[in-house]
Amino acid sequence: MLEVLGHEHLDDLFAHIPESLRPTAPLDLPPGRSEDEVVGTLSRLAARNRTDLICFAGGGAYDHYVPAVVDAVLQRGELLTSYTPYQPEVSQGILQVLFEFQTMICELSGLPVANASLYDGGSAVAEAAAMACAITRRSRLVVSQATDAPTRQILATYSHPHGRSIDGLAVDTTTGMTTITDAVDDDVAAVVVSQPNGFGVIEDIRAHAEAAHAAGALLIVKLEPTAVGLLATPGSQGADIVVGDGQALGQGLQFGGPTVGFLACATDHARRIPGRVVGETVDITGQRGYVMTLRTREQDIRRERATSNICTNQTLCAVAATVYMSWLGPQGLRELAVGSLRRTHATAEHLAKVDGLELAFTGPYLKEFAVRLPSADVHAVVGGVCDDGYLIGPVVDDPTGDGHLVMVAATERRTTADITGLVAALERQLADQR
Amino acid sequence: MPVMGPVAVDEPTIFERSRPGRRASEMPTADVDDVDVAALLDGVELADEMPALPEIAELDLVRHFTRMSQRNHGIDVGFYPLGSCSMKYNPRQAERIAALPAFRQAHPWAPDAAVQGTLAALWELERWLVELTGLHAASLQPAAGAQGELVGLLLIRAYHEHRGDDRDVIIVPDSAHGTNPASATTAGFRTVTVPSGPGGLVDADALADLVDDHTAGLMLTNPNTLGLFELDIARMAQIVHDVGGLLYYDGANFNAIAGRVRPGDMGFDVVHLNVHKTFATPHGGGGPGAGPVVASEALAPFLPAPVIVADDGPVPSYRFDHDRPHSIGRVHGFHGNTGVLVRALSYLQRHGGDGLASMSAKAVLNANYLAARTTDTLPLAYPQHPPMHEFVLRGSAVREHGLKVLDVCKRLIDLGFHPPTNYFPLIVDEALMIEPTETETPETLDAFAAALAQAVDEAERDPDLLRDAPTTTPVRRLDEAKAARELVLRWSPLA
Repeated sequence: MLEVLGHEHLDDLFAHIPESLRPTAPLDLPPGRSEDEVVGTLSRLAARNRTDLICFAGGGAYDHYVPAVVDAVLQRGELLTSYTPYQPEVSQGILQVLFEFQTMICELSGLPVANASLYDGGSAVAEAAAMACAITRRSRLVVSQATDAPTRQILATYSHPHGRSIDGLAVDTTTGMTTITDAVDDDVAAVVVSQPNGFGVIEDIRAHAEAAHAAGALLIVKLEPTAVGLLATPGSQGADIVVGDGQALGQGLQFGGPTVGFLACATDHARRIPGRVVGETVDITGQRGYVMTLRTREQDIRRERATSNICTNQTLCAVAATVYMSWLGPQGLRELAVGSLRRTHATAEHLAKVDGLELAFTGPYLKEFAVRLPSADVHAVVGGVCDDGYLIGPVVDDPTGDGHLVMVAATERRTTADITGLVAALERQLADQR
Repeated sequence: MPVMGPVAVDEPTIFERSRPGRRASEMPTADVDDVDVAALLDGVELADEMPALPEIAELDLVRHFTRMSQRNHGIDVGFYPLGSCSMKYNPRQAERIAALPAFRQAHPWAPDAAVQGTLAALWELERWLVELTGLHAASLQPAAGAQGELVGLLLIRAYHEHRGDDRDVIIVPDSAHGTNPASATTAGFRTVTVPSGPGGLVDADALADLVDDHTAGLMLTNPNTLGLFELDIARMAQIVHDVGGLLYYDGANFNAIAGRVRPGDMGFDVVHLNVHKTFATPHGGGGPGAGPVVASEALAPFLPAPVIVADDGPVPSYRFDHDRPHSIGRVHGFHGNTGVLVRALSYLQRHGGDGLASMSAKAVLNANYLAARTTDTLPLAYPQHPPMHEFVLRGSAVREHGLKVLDVCKRLIDLGFHPPTNYFPLIVDEALMIEPTETETPETLDAFAAALAQAVDEAERDPDLLRDAPTTTPVRRLDEAKAARELVLRWSPLA
């Protein structure tokens, strides 16, 4: 090949690059190794993670079972090694699955239009807020203080450069629910709440929607998607934009990523939606097929006037979610939600009996709740419980303004033995701390 | 094995395969007390019916998604020469690494002590990226290249703000990826476009005229989207730095220079890298990727929080440092696409420093070889400089037969090849942007060159053959105008 090009050495291909731009010394990088050696090295590194922990941690990442069919589909090379479906005739598989994903997200959110995925739940809230500002031509946001901290931080990161102000909606420190304001100012673009909220407590979406709408603002709800196995969909309760993280939908824990963000909205707002959207159409013979549509919103065409800068999204995670939701079915979704609810309430009942420990809130909850520990050093207790083999957390700020709370979650996978073990570990740690 | 029956058979949606009462899932038996849902959730508005997810048995589920995969092209199926996307072989070792239960089961909020393996892997990946870019510190939070761009630009914004310097303009070349101007807007900047010169390189004199004390920074891809190395980069860096601006490196084309030339040495202050391009993590139909950002010492304090730090000891230990007062804040709800990042680390370890330098050389060799094999068919858009890892052909000649380069692309599908990126960069009329990558053999490149020559030859002899293409795919050309006009964005039982 070099001969065809009239070169003698591979380095000749770089001869036109000025010498002054090259590194003066060889890069300080190790030499290459065989697959066997690399797998060995990284397996030993991975082994430094604890793998024996029984997971009662939540905070947006839940230990739901991921069935084998999800892995099997994701390892299909035609899906795994494809890219954004720019040529629809040879990408009907990905396009149709994304169309099915959009349909399922519409079903879970209770809204008629969904996109083909965003990075995660946190950035989905930020994208929804930008969308709401564009729709209402307003630039103030009101965000529940009960929304999880990472999401509020991401929203702040994305909002700051645009001078969008963010006000907090207070948390009722008894119930853990977000206070319903009777006065949203009429320059507010959107009110943001989550369902259930960052303390695990179920919000009154209908009341928040009424308050937002009275001021001409939109209601954005960050939905934990398995919640609608029990709760009414936010869309049916008046939410204008429903976003969320699909971690619980067949992604597994994976240290929190990759996961998949989703966004659904009313039909009127479809042309403001960020990211890829797949639509059904027909080919020249009249046969049904799928394409990426509303493309003139997107960065590669609209450039600086695009609705978002997102390009590559989380397609394979959306495929995983589609397989998982198909595996669940409506009955499975219900059983997953009830199964997690039962185990979570059993856990809460047992923990409430631990001396000095109290449930932080009285409001209703599904698969996660907050506890207040009788200890100044909450992190030490969580670390000690972890040493004993049980994972709880995250540690979050107590909305009373004083100290911290710890989140506890139980999925359909937890057993009575797990719960008893957690209680014993917590009792031991709290005794040690005294 | 191909799908049985006619290729063009309509595949039902999974909803059309649904039958009441069927299911694949089963739940573990509960050994905790049963609960009275209505009593526990008293006063809560409950679902009066379940979301209409499909009801399907596991075999039918597997068949459905298998048939979906059979209607899709991937690198595993054949050549995939999408320019600026680096569609190279995705080594399967990475899948084995990502599937290690110790990595997969790590909870994002576990105490640092319980996830030392993951933290060590991420920390090591950061060291690789710092050395490869010649910069100072990295953040692995960005989930994709465009989010990396946003982070890089927010670092530039924070840097200027911290100095009390009010700057609102980001300069991008007219050949830039669309994400560049879109990210500038997302980061709250105005975009000003700098033109390319006649040879396809950014016009440095024009840049010198554009910069002033409003200039926050310049975003540049090098090699640029025409596949040409910006030879004047040192002068451009000087021009931007002299007015107090900073340089952003779009790493989409890093595959051309990895291990050989470093953005830091070229004068860039901050970069993002697309690990799903250069480091061969699977593209997954459009993600998940990862877009780590690497920044200079001056920009490092502004990186997204938390950052990973290593503490010395007999065995080094790792922890998240949340105490970052100047940070731009979080961009990811957890810690980024960790499962993708460990795949990238496995790729780097496998290649090593030498292997990366040889990887980029082979990528450039393959592109030059394929350019030499195809320029008799269609001309290089900018022949004045040698291409690096990709090249752009100008397809306007087919217009005299009443065709567009899109028709050539669709004919290529019938000839067994995924088309190159088309109609980009925008500054080339009827552009075909071709990136073969280093993992393809000369036989594949020869076959593709022959197919392109055949398609262009047929454009003259039998234009309808191109106009009607493709004819061998599950669907023929699709009505995109109808899709945008009538907006069917979900399946409905009554549709």
